Amino acid sequence: MPKSRTLLPARPTPLRPHKRAIVVGASSGIGAALARRLAREGYLVAALSRRTDRLEALCDEINQAAGETRAVAYTHDVTEYAAVPGLLQKILADLGGLDLFVYNAGAALPTGFKHYNFAKDLQTTEVNYLGALAWLNPVAALFQSQGAGTIVGTSSVAGERGRIGNPSYNASKAALSSYLESLRNRLTRRGIHVLTVKPGYVATELTQGQKGLFWVVSADQAAADIWKAVRRRKQDLYVPGRWRLVMFIVRNIPSFIFRRLSF
Amino acid sequence: MDLSLPYQRFLRFENFGHSLSASSFCYRPTGVDEIEKLFKFAKGAGLTVTLRGAGKSYNDAALNGGGIVLDLQRMNKILDWDPGSGLVRLEPGVTLEQLWQKVLPDGWWPPVVSGTMTTTLGGCLGSNIHGKNNFRAGPIGEHVVEFTALLPGGAEIACTPKKNGDLFRAMIGGLGMLGVFTSITLQMKRMYSGLLGVHAWNVPNLEAHLGDILAAAPEHNYTVGWMDCTAGGRGLGRGQLHTADYLKEGEDPDAKKTLQVAYQTLPARFFGLVPKSILHYFMAPFGNNLAWSAVDTVKYSIGREKTYRQSHAAFHFLLDYIPHWELAYGRGGLIQYQSFLPKETALEAWGEMLKLSQRRGLPSYLGVTKRHRPDNFLLTHAVDGFSLALDFKVTDRKRAALGQLLHDFDLIVLDAGGRFYFAKNSETRAETARRFLGEQAIAKFKALKKRCDPNNLLQSDLYRRVFEA
Repeated sequence: MPKSRTLLPARPTPLRPHKRAIVVGASSGIGAALARRLAREGYLVAALSRRTDRLEALCDEINQAAGETRAVAYTHDVTEYAAVPGLLQKILADLGGLDLFVYNAGAALPTGFKHYNFAKDLQTTEVNYLGALAWLNPVAALFQSQGAGTIVGTSSVAGERGRIGNPSYNASKAALSSYLESLRNRLTRRGIHVLTVKPGYVATELTQGQKGLFWVVSADQAAADIWKAVRRRKQDLYVPGRWRLVMFIVRNIPSFIFRRLSF
Repeated sequence: MDLSLPYQRFLRFENFGHSLSASSFCYRPTGVDEIEKLFKFAKGAGLTVTLRGAGKSYNDAALNGGGIVLDLQRMNKILDWDPGSGLVRLEPGVTLEQLWQKVLPDGWWPPVVSGTMTTTLGGCLGSNIHGKNNFRAGPIGEHVVEFTALLPGGAEIACTPKKNGDLFRAMIGGLGMLGVFTSITLQMKRMYSGLLGVHAWNVPNLEAHLGDILAAAPEHNYTVGWMDCTAGGRGLGRGQLHTADYLKEGEDPDAKKTLQVAYQTLPARFFGLVPKSILHYFMAPFGNNLAWSAVDTVKYSIGREKTYRQSHAAFHFLLDYIPHWELAYGRGGLIQYQSFLPKETALEAWGEMLKLSQRRGLPSYLGVTKRHRPDNFLLTHAVDGFSLALDFKVTDRKRAALGQLLHDFDLIVLDAGGRFYFAKNSETRAETARRFLGEQAIAKFKALKKRCDPNNLLQSDLYRRVFEA
């Protein structure tokens, strides 16, 4: 929660305009990089995450660099679904509105090729998908009503096929991608832009220690690509872009071959 | 799990000039009981409330991003009308259009009107509007006989200039920050014709412009000037003045006819041919310095001294003459900068401001001058002098430069002992407000706010900008 209302910057005027964004999952990785980027582009950012200390450090860093309040920290666990409406209302009042919503919270809890673990799958599903639903429902309703807004969801190339390594991660990202596509089809006609981000490997805590990574991009690069896609109102974004071709091929590998593969 | 926030109420609102928008949870009450409930709901939800009428302020006066907007346009009943005394009692959402159309056929006219008739009386009182007769009639607040208001704390009060006089003088012009007007009683002005006697003439420079207004005002009911702000050099401040006078009893042989609403109605087509509702599309290409300078020069050059009669509606409601004219300013919309200067300092200060705007390539596309006199309302914008309202087109490219220009204007106006109007300027900073209103007036306003609205429920983006920053 912000320490004091007086910390909040002034409301926009015709000659001093600014936009407002919420980044859920902002304490590290793509989320933190995107929060920094948005603040640099003049946005006022509500940064959300479970980890208060890291969040506040991030906001301090952003605000110091800007010389004014551009980021406000809100501690939030995306699996606390019931807290979402109240927190959203508070952020709207604090920021004075909402133009861009980013759902970037994500968890990857691999079970190993031969093991099964419902507890891990539940957590993955909750963070990657159910938490997204808890936010995207009210945000979509708000944007639909105000007739403007941009929704960005960080999904993954992993959502395009079910693979042997991490079934619930694939499934949760597939569900998120599909949900975002539905939102896009619902909301484009109402002037709302929905962007699905599908990163490959990005150098973040999520991928730290993983073996066999390739085409790894930095979180800053991912944030730069996302910002560009937001401005150009792209529907989906692969990070880096060459994944688009790769995933086109992967999506079209017949099952009798795909089930013999072990990646 | 409570997921019952009324998202379908989250609507995007704009200012008059389409240069600013903010989304809020919108409620449209039809009665006082509903407002009372809404205040309780807002308090429970921890949300602030802004009152909104027709949304014709040029700034953030009726915007409350992320909070609640209480749109009072459905409370639009004329409660009482006495054609004998000219007293009218109405709800705050009644528009000036409704009002004059009700009273004119009986031989009355609102004592003070704005440049558009689409404004609501609640909004008119909240901003304490003035007309082209401010030097004579004062602001609209001086014609309010009584009003009742609901305070956010739950109390309903009645105010007259004598009863609860401090609240009377603070709530009128109080920007809707103290309470909601629930009924307003106004004294109308007697009319013997639906026409005004109008006189128009050109003035070649700023000195003549202000001098002629000063000389003409005591002789006439209305005085207003148009200024060509693109002209420099010897023509700096040149323009055209209009005065208008009520016709005396018997002067208009067709009074019965001219007092009818149908006679007053503005034509819907230009030259009887082009629908005026589409005119703004044709005006849009003129939204640049060169074209506008040409238009102004032509307007000035063909201006001749003339005397004619014109209907009240046609004389007063110039802003309604071309529907949606503000859309002609393009995607960035427009802002208006209005300053009020004492008659002793106006010539020098405005001369400096006009030159400054031209030097920086940011001339105003429309300047309007009026004559004013002081009044005793707490947050008054009036002076014994003049006002100059300047319209500026907002574009992404010129935003920062325009912001700097207006800030420089502020300093010139403050140094010249000037004041500002809260329905117009969008960039006035808190320190500027402190300087022209004075610490004492602000402290008094805040004390009244604490008394009327202890939970600080009523807050607009304007209030935050000017009083909380």
